[in-house]
Amino acid sequence: MRAYARLALAGFRRYSTYRQAMVAGMATNVVFGLLRMAVLAVAVAPGPIVGYDIATVATYVWLGQGLMSVVVLYADKHLAERIRNGDVVVDLYRPWHLQRALFADDLGRTGYAVLVRLVPPVAFGALFFPFRWPDVSAVPLFVVSTLLAVTVSFGMRFMVNAITFWLLDNRGVHSLYTVTTWLLCGLSVPLTFFPDWAKPILWSTPFPAMLQAPIDVFLEHGSPWPILANQAFWAVTVFVAGHVLLGRAVHKVVVQGG
Amino acid sequence: MIEVRDLRREFTLTTKVGRFKRKKHTVRAVDSVSFDIAAGEAVGYVGPNGAGKSTTIKMLTGILVPTSGHVRVSGVDPSRARRDLARRIGVVFGQRSQLWWDLPLRDSFDLLRAIYRVPRPDYETRLRECVDLLELGPFLDTPVRQLSLGQRMRGEVTAALLHGPELLVLDEPTIGLDLESKERLREFLAELNTQRGTTLLLTTHDLDDIERLCPRLVVIDRGTVLADGPLDELRAEVAPERVLVVDLEKPTEGLDDLPGVTTTRTELNGLRHHLTFRRADTTAAALISAVAARAEVHDLVVVEPEIDDVVRRLYARR
Repeated sequence: MRAYARLALAGFRRYSTYRQAMVAGMATNVVFGLLRMAVLAVAVAPGPIVGYDIATVATYVWLGQGLMSVVVLYADKHLAERIRNGDVVVDLYRPWHLQRALFADDLGRTGYAVLVRLVPPVAFGALFFPFRWPDVSAVPLFVVSTLLAVTVSFGMRFMVNAITFWLLDNRGVHSLYTVTTWLLCGLSVPLTFFPDWAKPILWSTPFPAMLQAPIDVFLEHGSPWPILANQAFWAVTVFVAGHVLLGRAVHKVVVQGG
Repeated sequence: MIEVRDLRREFTLTTKVGRFKRKKHTVRAVDSVSFDIAAGEAVGYVGPNGAGKSTTIKMLTGILVPTSGHVRVSGVDPSRARRDLARRIGVVFGQRSQLWWDLPLRDSFDLLRAIYRVPRPDYETRLRECVDLLELGPFLDTPVRQLSLGQRMRGEVTAALLHGPELLVLDEPTIGLDLESKERLREFLAELNTQRGTTLLLTTHDLDDIERLCPRLVVIDRGTVLADGPLDELRAEVAPERVLVVDLEKPTEGLDDLPGVTTTRTELNGLRHHLTFRRADTTAAALISAVAARAEVHDLVVVEPEIDDVVRRLYARR
């Protein structure tokens, strides 16, 4: 356990060495937030859509902008690259559980992202737009929900990356994953904007658990418990699936490189 | 320390035949390999590219599960007890880094201490020794990405030794290093083996590594063991000739009828003679006195066959 804590700390430090990337990322993030804000503000100008008034929209957009870098809504390629060039050999032989070790590293990254990627856009949104703060009692639930969102996202990214053991070139899978996530996690539009028949289908995929879930908990849309239960279910499911996938890779697959 | 019996690993590869059809075929990367390595030995595991060296190493370290066969390293089955084993052995991959690219060298070591659960006093003693012997001091606080290859390799070896492994597996440890760095590393490894009794298993293309470090050689090609034995014996078996090179004071002809000499070559207008002889036929001493009886000798040297010659002949013998 201590080793994983140290790995998380190292993850935090590794990401904090790239300050310029952080500043650039933050700037892009705010610009895109303004664009999304403009579109949705026009949409709700005549009157609220399914409970989304201008303050709810602002909160949804700026919280989403902040969370997207904390949760990571695209398929990162770190592990995929290491599988392709064979460096994964080093990761596989250590006295650790590779998936857990990478998760610890990702939690370190999360911690840093909360400080520099979540707080600034939310502060920006709260300063310049009407904003809906939740009741104090919802805050710990939001923290738990965000952690679960990170866990689901990590689990999904781990699997998308692990497919490289079989495909080697999995750029297609990566792009497909990113497009699907952006559409289905609630980043493009709030999932409540979808037609009623589509909602149960959407929520039976792991994607809403990554973004819409923590946003809904923050906005106090309905009871938080079913949302948290959905997230916990997906967190466990994707983690176990990733574990099985890794085991199969080691049994069946070429580990690249001399 | 290592026990390998009929080890085999197959990979299934698919190739395209036609637009949609795929054909599967099985490749044997390692095919019934057997050898034993006792504690304290230093063994060179050599072979051309694609011979199955790295696949063997991956099975010995528990990264790959063998298709069939028996492996025991330090008394355990590597793929079943991978984590246990990792705490008892060290691995250096010459072409891969086990250090954290973005962090100072010292931080990587500290992380490894936590991962391998090394008690702090042991860790500090071992780190101090490595820092002294490998002269890591000047760049201990430099991020790994800024280290030169030679500095990084010294870091890699240290990283593999912090948990005090009884076996150190080195996969091409000197690849890409300059002569001085190679020499320094070899010296360190030789001391590790002889003073500390750490078992070494080394794959390499650099046969100087073997010459310096490994009294025993296992030669592998196309997944099977071609030869296994002391370097000297292999040499005597496949390359029994040695060459006596003599420089004479005055140009002399006719040294080719000396007893035991098989072929001769003359250079510098008869000043330098290369006399090839077989160990079984004569000794270097007898030959030297025979030459000295005929001409005044200025200088001489006995050349052993190059180790890559030995390996090349082993391949050719198949």
